[in-house]
Amino acid sequence: MTALGSTAAAATTPHAPAGPRPRGGGLRGWWGTPWLFLAAPLALLVTFTYVPVTTMVWYSFTSWDGLDATKEPVGLDNYATVLTDREVFGVFLVSLHYLAGALVQMALALYLATVLSFRTRFRNLFKGIVFFPYLVNGVAIGLVFLYFFRPGGTLDALLALAGVGDPPHWLGDPGLVNHSLAATSVWRYLGLNFVLFLGAIQSIPEELYEAAGLDGAGAWQKFRYIIAPGIRPIIGLTFILSISGALSVFEIPYIMTGGANGSSTFVIETVDAAFTFGQVGLASAMAVVLLVVVMVITWVQRRLFSGEGSDLS
Amino acid sequence: MSTRTHPTSEAPPSTAPRGGLAAPRPAAPGHGRLRARAVLAAVAKYASLVVACLCALTPLVTILFAAFKTNAEYRRTGPLQPPADWLHLDNFVTAFQQGGMLRGFVNTGVILLVALAGTIVIGSMTAYAVDRFDFRGRSLVLGAFLVATLVPGVTTQVATFQVVTGLGLFNTRWSAIVLFMGTDIVSIYIFLQFMRSIPRSLDEAAMIDGADRLSIFVRIVFPLLRPAVATVVIIKGIAIYNEFYLPYLYMPARELGVISTSLFRFTGPFGARWEVIAAGTILVIVPTLVAFLLLQRHIYSGLTSGATK
Repeated sequence: MTALGSTAAAATTPHAPAGPRPRGGGLRGWWGTPWLFLAAPLALLVTFTYVPVTTMVWYSFTSWDGLDATKEPVGLDNYATVLTDREVFGVFLVSLHYLAGALVQMALALYLATVLSFRTRFRNLFKGIVFFPYLVNGVAIGLVFLYFFRPGGTLDALLALAGVGDPPHWLGDPGLVNHSLAATSVWRYLGLNFVLFLGAIQSIPEELYEAAGLDGAGAWQKFRYIIAPGIRPIIGLTFILSISGALSVFEIPYIMTGGANGSSTFVIETVDAAFTFGQVGLASAMAVVLLVVVMVITWVQRRLFSGEGSDLS
Repeated sequence: MSTRTHPTSEAPPSTAPRGGLAAPRPAAPGHGRLRARAVLAAVAKYASLVVACLCALTPLVTILFAAFKTNAEYRRTGPLQPPADWLHLDNFVTAFQQGGMLRGFVNTGVILLVALAGTIVIGSMTAYAVDRFDFRGRSLVLGAFLVATLVPGVTTQVATFQVVTGLGLFNTRWSAIVLFMGTDIVSIYIFLQFMRSIPRSLDEAAMIDGADRLSIFVRIVFPLLRPAVATVVIIKGIAIYNEFYLPYLYMPARELGVISTSLFRFTGPFGARWEVIAAGTILVIVPTLVAFLLLQRHIYSGLTSGATK
C-alpha cells in the first residue's frame, strides 16, 4: 500500500501548492480527461459488482422467488434460517475436509518446493509435471477423477495390484465422498502452491546459504532459519486463501457429484436455492453471509501480512 | 526449456547450484559413513519426486488409455492396460461430432478473443487514468476496484443473474464476455504495476510536443505495456478457457456451449461410454498442454504475479 498510499494521499489535496510533483507544465489539463478513460471500466465495475452486491443485500431481506413482480420483505427471517437450519449450516462442516486438504497440500507443496530449490536433475521436468494439473480445465479434472474413483476405475485397479480386493465406494459412501473430493482438490491446486513457494524460496539471496554453510549449518538448519522465515509471508497468504477457498468450494463437487451423498458445499446450496428452488431471498442471505465471512478473513490477512509479499494489499 | 527457470520476475535470474540438502558433498576418503548418508538422502529425494510425479500423472494417463480403446476393448480391459491400437481415433470423432466439441471450441474461441481484447483495453485504460492523473476521487476509484477483489464471484451470481437478464444478455455470448471483462480486477493490477515502471518523463515530453492524452496513451504508453499485455493474455486466457460456471449459468442453450459446458454435458448422453468421455476430456486438455509447453516460463511468472496480486 505504500506506493498507492502516498500518491492517493496527494490526490485528496489536489490544489496543495507543494505536491509530490511540480504541478505546472504539461501535466495540467481538463479535469474530465481521467474520467473519460475511466468511464467504461467504472460502468462495468458498478454494473457487475456493486449493483449485484447491493441488490443481493436487498433481496436477502425479502422472500423473493426470482420471478414475482413484488418482493415481500421478511426482515431477518432468511438470516435466521441460514444460521439455525442444521442442513444449511451443516455444509460448513464439509468445508473442514477441504481445509484439512489444503493444509496437507501446503505441507506437500512446501516439501517439494524446498527439495527442488536445491540442485536437482530433471528439475524442470519435475516442476512441470507437478504444476501442470493446476492448468487443466475444471470439468476435465472432474471427469478424470470420476473415472479415477469409479467402481472398477483407476484407483480400484491400483489397489487390486496391491492386493486390496474389496475397495469401498469412493464417491458413493457418504463417509468417504468428501475425502475423495478434497483429495481431488489437492491434486488440482498443489501445483500453484508449489510454484508460489518455489518462487519465494528462489528469491532468497544466495549469500545467505553460503554464509550459513560456512558457519556449519546443516540442511535442516538452513530450512529452519533461512527458508522458513523467507517464505513466511507467502505461507501466510496461502493459508488465508485456503480458508476462504475451503468455504467457497464449488466446482469440483458440483461437477463430480452435484452435491449428492452429503458432499454439498455452502456455495452449491446457495446456487441450488437460487436457481433450482427459486428461493432467491434465502440464497441471497446465504451469499451475504459468505461474502461477509470472506471479507473479514481477507481483512484479517491484510492486517497481519500488510507490506509483506504484496505492494497492493 | 533451459534448466534456468525463475518463477518470479524479482527472482535472481540464476538458479545456480546450491549446496545443501541432497547435493552430495565431496567427502575425503575415510568419510564413508557421511557419503552413504548423502547417497541415501539423494535416493529418498528422487524417490519422493518420482512418487509425486506418478500421483500427478496416473489419473491423466489412464484417461488417455481409455480414450483410444474401442467400446468392446474398454469393457474387456482394466484401466491400467494401455490400448491395443494407439491410432484408434473413433472416440475423438464421436466426441467432436456428437458431443459438440467443435462448437465448444468455436464458442470458447470467440469469447476468448473478444473478452481478452476487452480486458486489455479496459485494464490498461484504468491503469493509465489511475497512475497518470491526479484528480478528485482518485483514491475513491482505487478503493472501489480494491474492495471488488474481495467479492467472491460465484455467490454474487444470485444477484448478477438479475442484472444480466435485465440487460437482455441471457443466453447470448455477450453475457460471458461482459462478465469476464467487467469483473476482472487482477488484470487492472498487473497493468497498474507495470505502468509505474514506465517513466512519466515520456508522457511529459510528448505533451510538450503537443500530443493529447489519448494519443499519448495509444502511441506511447500502450506499446510499452506489451509485457503486461502478455501476462494478462496468459493468465486471463487460461481462466477463460477453463471457466465453467458463468457459461453454464448464463448460456444454457446447446448451440452456445463452450468447451467446459459441452464436456460437462457428456455425462448425460454418453453416460456409461467412458471411452468417449475420455476422448472429450483429452481434447480439452491437449490445447492446455500445448500452451504450457510453449509458454512455460511466462505461465509460471504470470501466475505468480497474478496469484499474489
